[in-house]
Amino acid sequence: MSALLETRGLVAHYGDFQALFGIDADVHEGERVALIGSNGAGKSTFLTSIAGMRRSAKESIVFDGAPIGALDAADVAALGIALVPEGRRLFPSLSVEENLAMGAFNRRKGPWNLENVYSLFPALREKRRAPATSLSGGQQQMVAIGRALMANPRLLMCDEISLGLSPAVVKEVYAALGVVCSEHGVSAIVVEQDIELARTMSDRAYCFTHGFVSLSGTSTDLTREAISAAYFGV
Amino acid sequence: MTAASPRVERYSTGGRVGLVLAAALVLALLSGPFWLPSDAMRLVVQFACLLAMSQMWNLLVGYGGLVSIGQQAYIGIGGYALFVLANQLGLNPFVSVPIAGVVAALFALPTSRVVFRLSGGYFAVATWVVAEVYRLLVANISALGSGAGVSLTAMLAYDKGTRESITFWLAVVLLIVTTGGVYWLLRSPLGLALTAMRDSDIAAESQGVAVGRIKLLVYVLAAFGTGCAGALYFMNALRISPDAAFGMDWIPLLFFTVIIGGIGTIEGPIVGTLLYFTLRQVFGDYGAWYLIALGVVAIVVMIRFPRGIYGELAVRFGWRFFPIQRILREPK
Amino acid sequence: MNWLDTVIQGTLLGGLYALFAMGLAVIYGVMKQINIAHGDFIVLAAYLALGIVAATGLHPFLVIPLAIVVFGFFGYAVQRTILNRTIGGDILPPLVVTYGLSIVIENALQQTQSADPRSIKLGALETASVPLGGGLAVGVFPLVMLVTAIVVAIVLEIVFNRTRLGMAFRAVSDDREIASIMGVRDKRLFGYATAISFAVIAIAGVFMGIKFTFTPSLGPNFLLYAFEAVVIGGMGSFWGTLAGGIVLGIAQAIGFALNPGWGILAGHLVFLAVLLVRPTGIFARTA
Ligand SMILES: Nc1ncnc2c1ncn2[C@@H]1O[C@H](COP(=O)(O)OP(=O)(O)OP(=O)(O)O)[C@@H](O)[C@H]1O
Ligand SMILES: [Mg+2]
Repeated sequence: MSALLETRGLVAHYGDFQALFGIDADVHEGERVALIGSNGAGKSTFLTSIAGMRRSAKESIVFDGAPIGALDAADVAALGIALVPEGRRLFPSLSVEENLAMGAFNRRKGPWNLENVYSLFPALREKRRAPATSLSGGQQQMVAIGRALMANPRLLMCDEISLGLSPAVVKEVYAALGVVCSEHGVSAIVVEQDIELARTMSDRAYCFTHGFVSLSGTSTDLTREAISAAYFGV
Repeated sequence: MTAASPRVERYSTGGRVGLVLAAALVLALLSGPFWLPSDAMRLVVQFACLLAMSQMWNLLVGYGGLVSIGQQAYIGIGGYALFVLANQLGLNPFVSVPIAGVVAALFALPTSRVVFRLSGGYFAVATWVVAEVYRLLVANISALGSGAGVSLTAMLAYDKGTRESITFWLAVVLLIVTTGGVYWLLRSPLGLALTAMRDSDIAAESQGVAVGRIKLLVYVLAAFGTGCAGALYFMNALRISPDAAFGMDWIPLLFFTVIIGGIGTIEGPIVGTLLYFTLRQVFGDYGAWYLIALGVVAIVVMIRFPRGIYGELAVRFGWRFFPIQRILREPK
Repeated sequence: MNWLDTVIQGTLLGGLYALFAMGLAVIYGVMKQINIAHGDFIVLAAYLALGIVAATGLHPFLVIPLAIVVFGFFGYAVQRTILNRTIGGDILPPLVVTYGLSIVIENALQQTQSADPRSIKLGALETASVPLGGGLAVGVFPLVMLVTAIVVAIVLEIVFNRTRLGMAFRAVSDDREIASIMGVRDKRLFGYATAISFAVIAIAGVFMGIKFTFTPSLGPNFLLYAFEAVVIGGMGSFWGTLAGGIVLGIAQAIGFALNPGWGILAGHLVFLAVLLVRPTGIFARTA
């Protein structure tokens, strides 16, 4: 079975600084993949590269069989790749509902609409007219997730979504993510600081260290010891 | 121990060459009144004034990050201050030039209170409004000649030769003070702070750089230098009017000399000013078409070669005549 | 001086300044950039309208729709071919490039249209007025300008707050990168914003050409009026910009009534006073 997303030798630079040194990774249809690694390992850079927020070599990112490394972010979005960015980055001058609507800007068909997002996060319904940034941190995170779902993505990428959410809500969100993936065949890449959580909610995991993949495998096979060894570099 | 650690180098070979060349040029220039015809001397004075204004604008925009399009305010204030000091208060006109610079700096203090409330593009246009306010105020004051302007009658006390020679020497001093001053400033600790600010105000602030105070200092210093240059320019012209002094023609000129020359370098404005004078001598008679061409060139350079002529060359050949950077050399 | 009359005339003049300002506010609102050539485009629009009136004999008001269409496309083209290349973090390129455009337009007009003052003739409507009683009267044409400004403010408010395009404008203005990963094509969107700005410029240009006798060199003045109205009104709503234009118009009218040399100066001084006292603008929505 060929993968939905493949990266081959993906590199990324910030000026003279190299953040990724040739990442090879795969994500299959309906699969949940966790990215772990210490601060500055390059996890966010990996996600933003896939989302097209910076140009990569054309062939270094392949989505559904087509090379997308050199595409504009808007073209990547049109293929059904959505990102919940690090730090949420909601649009401050838009209301909650408008933020969600922006997620659906591409008008991709699929199960997600405002109604379904409000059922997933009922707290948002009553705040729909409020400016997005007036919400609590956890609620803002829900808006960010809802916004990405509104795109009806085939690949959903989440960068540290548990930040600012209470443990109960985190559980709920990941449960919902599991349903999204299994029922709708959506694939997900999730960056998660909590290693235990990352392992339990994912099918496979990659561990990043200083811009390299230092460890990868089926989540159940990866032991805590192997991960912590990879975490701090070998 | 010492042999193993890298050393910080602040002069390169190019830098030493630059210093020697600059010194030779200054000496040659100082003797100018003894061998230059008077229209050539007048041209050199204009050149020095424009270069001084360019260096000041470069300091403000290229190093200070304060994009002002209203520096004509200080050109005009410097000019008018000279005329008031010399004509009305009877001061020696030559001594009045630096005092006119101080007057411009004094005006810059309250002005900054207003324009510093805005930033970025808003700051830029606000500085322009301020220059217009000064122009309109002067045009409404009959003691300053209203809209028609005044002549520098105080200069009648000197014969032509003395007048021209002293004006010329003042211009050479102005060149040294502004170009040399910027060079010195950038090599001082303030230069490091400015470099940090150029990368990011916020990052610089977090490293203990008092960004607000440094911007104010740069703004006031630039007003002083620009005021001196304005005073000398209109001393050379012997006449001043609100439109000439506070007019809108100055800014495109500074765009040309600084941006086309190479912003954020000391050499750039020199290259740009030289080029400007050359083009003006050759094409100046073409009027509107010439200005259209300048506008187009400014647009193209800004889009395609934002480093300017000198900046592009320096990057390509590694030139550095006014070394303000600190270069870390690995031990051999 | 009749204070009431001065204020009324200033308010009507403010309608024109509001039209100047709203085009500038559109571009600033979306791209966070200031178009230094804004005033020169207004002047250019007036020359265009003058040319169309001369060639077709149409009534100047009927030229407005045509001018809107022509300038709308023109704005889109200017943005896509030139201004989009200046977009990025640095504020210097857009300022320099639009300043360069300003020089080019002014001198090209100088060269092709001469520096002679021109104006667009409106015929009988020019002097028609409506009596208000008490010896006061308002001109029909100034009233038309003010009403147009109000209509334009309403339309822009609707476009920016009630449409998908407006939502994308605000999103791009907030965070260009994130908007683009939602599928917003920012460069095209900037083209639309400038097209809208230029459509407003076209209206402003025709009215300006009727109201004033104009020459190619007036552009920078109009830019400054537009800018002042935007800052006085405060960013964030076109109602604020409309109000800012009216405040500026009244300030200039009072200054002018006191001494003909003080009109423009009074406008500038009110602007500086607002900066000093309330830099976010008089009518800014307090967040
Ligand atoms: N905009 C930027 N400019 C320069 N360097 C950057 C930038 N963004 C990230 N970096 C650098 O790139 C490297 C990778 O950063 P990245 O944000 O991808 O790491 P991360 O694994 O997501 O870390 P974290 O867990 O802190 O989110 C880091 O060394 C970081 O300092
Ligand atoms: Mg990260």
